[in-house]
Amino acid sequence: MEKIAIVGLGQTKYKGSREETFDELVFEAVNLALSDAGAEIGDIDNVVTVSNDFWDGRTISSMAVTEASGAWDKDISTVEGDGIFGTLYGMMRILSGSFNSTLVVAHVKGSEGEMNLITNAMFDPIYQRALGIDATSSAALQARCYMEKTGATEEDFARVSVKNHKNAFGNPYSQLPMEISVEDVMKSRKIAEPLKLFDCSPISDGAAAVILSNKQGLKRFKKDPVWILGVGHCSDSYTLGYRDLTNTRALKNAAQRAFTMASIKDPMKELHVAELYDAYSYMELLWYEGLGLAADGKGFELIRSGATEMTGDLPVNPSGGVLSAHPVLVAGLARLIESTIQIRGEAGKRQVKGASKALAQGINGPCGQAHGIIVLGS
Amino acid sequence: MSSTEIKNIYYEGRIKVPYNWYVGEVGSRFLVNLRDNKEIWGIRCPGCKKVYVPPAKTCWECFIPNEEWVKLSDTGTIMSFTVVHYRTQAMPKRDPIIYGLIKIDGADGSFLHILGDIDPRDLAVGLKVKAVFADARSGTILDIKYFAPVYK
Repeated sequence: MEKIAIVGLGQTKYKGSREETFDELVFEAVNLALSDAGAEIGDIDNVVTVSNDFWDGRTISSMAVTEASGAWDKDISTVEGDGIFGTLYGMMRILSGSFNSTLVVAHVKGSEGEMNLITNAMFDPIYQRALGIDATSSAALQARCYMEKTGATEEDFARVSVKNHKNAFGNPYSQLPMEISVEDVMKSRKIAEPLKLFDCSPISDGAAAVILSNKQGLKRFKKDPVWILGVGHCSDSYTLGYRDLTNTRALKNAAQRAFTMASIKDPMKELHVAELYDAYSYMELLWYEGLGLAADGKGFELIRSGATEMTGDLPVNPSGGVLSAHPVLVAGLARLIESTIQIRGEAGKRQVKGASKALAQGINGPCGQAHGIIVLGS
Repeated sequence: MSSTEIKNIYYEGRIKVPYNWYVGEVGSRFLVNLRDNKEIWGIRCPGCKKVYVPPAKTCWECFIPNEEWVKLSDTGTIMSFTVVHYRTQAMPKRDPIIYGLIKIDGADGSFLHILGDIDPRDLAVGLKVKAVFADARSGTILDIKYFAPVYK
């Protein structure tokens, strides 16, 4: 594959509610990315926007940010899904031979809609939507399946929340840094059992952007490139109930493709940082298994071992993860941005020393139906 | 008026678009059986023999059409459950709201529905449940009111 690099990045601070409109957030993220890259909008050949019509409350929501993303005279296209998938599409547009650089920008204002109603609408309208199921209640069903299959406990889920909220103190963009104990998580308000308030990610507003370039385009940008070494994505079946919710085969497939491309044989040893999509605490344990960081059914042992703490062999979610800020669609891009920052060595207090290989994950669909994995290196 | 005196305005909107979804040939047959006969029907893949409920026109793994209709039992086993402690406008008016993934006897995979007539403290994976049908049925998934435990 022709090599593609990340040469610029920008993200707004994630908050429960931001006073800016969503196009203002996009404008901010894009300008931060341009300034980070030492570039101007004219250096961008094409734009991929990432948005969702239900979250924005309008159809063709992508087009509403044409101006804010600097795309009015450019080729613009959109991805309705997580920002990792937007990045993949942005790469494809360079690989098509038509462009040397792509700007990928994602936005969401979770504060303006109603998460439970919006995510209820992702379910089948004939058989499931009328039951009122949504992202949180379906995740709760998956969490219990995981406990039943593996023997993981609610305390194990809580350990993920404790770790990630603590990590968030090092990340100025994060929304919810918290010093909490396993007991605090266990005592937090019940949401959908076994999930409690601190097992769930917050509602967030924000935008994020990355600039991708091939070798030919590099001369336009001042920032040292961070290279995309491997990429993979894969989807499982859609209907809740048809698939085994503890089977991570889609993630395994996506990760394997990315690892093969990046020549990674043992991810636990070879990766220095992993930024995972922990929309709910238990997910991080399940994703450990899908990524091969832990054997099937043993993800909870990895969190207990401390290996994924900041001081462990493979820090997971030094940014604080999705539990500490969940701008839907933007969140995968935020994982990619954190991974890039870590490789650049610009992560300040949360810097993982000597990080030169990192992994970012994005998910789409209920209970992690689809996964996108990007491996980065210096 | 100076800009510091301007208070932000929030515009309250709502998207409300009526749809009239055709549920498909397979879906119609399933829902008519719920409505008229209080029966749960699944459909079997000729390749892997998996029985889908709710029925699917094709087996997504074998990627071939499902053909054989199978009358299933109205009983099953709880594979997962969640007691929900919040309410949304999308939920049926019930208290408490408990969702279950139910493996219907004779089918593969699980069927998402609501659990009722049960004290949340008695919930357990592996519990046998039976469909309770609504008195007034209109050909929707809520023609099954909920699944209730079968106590022997």
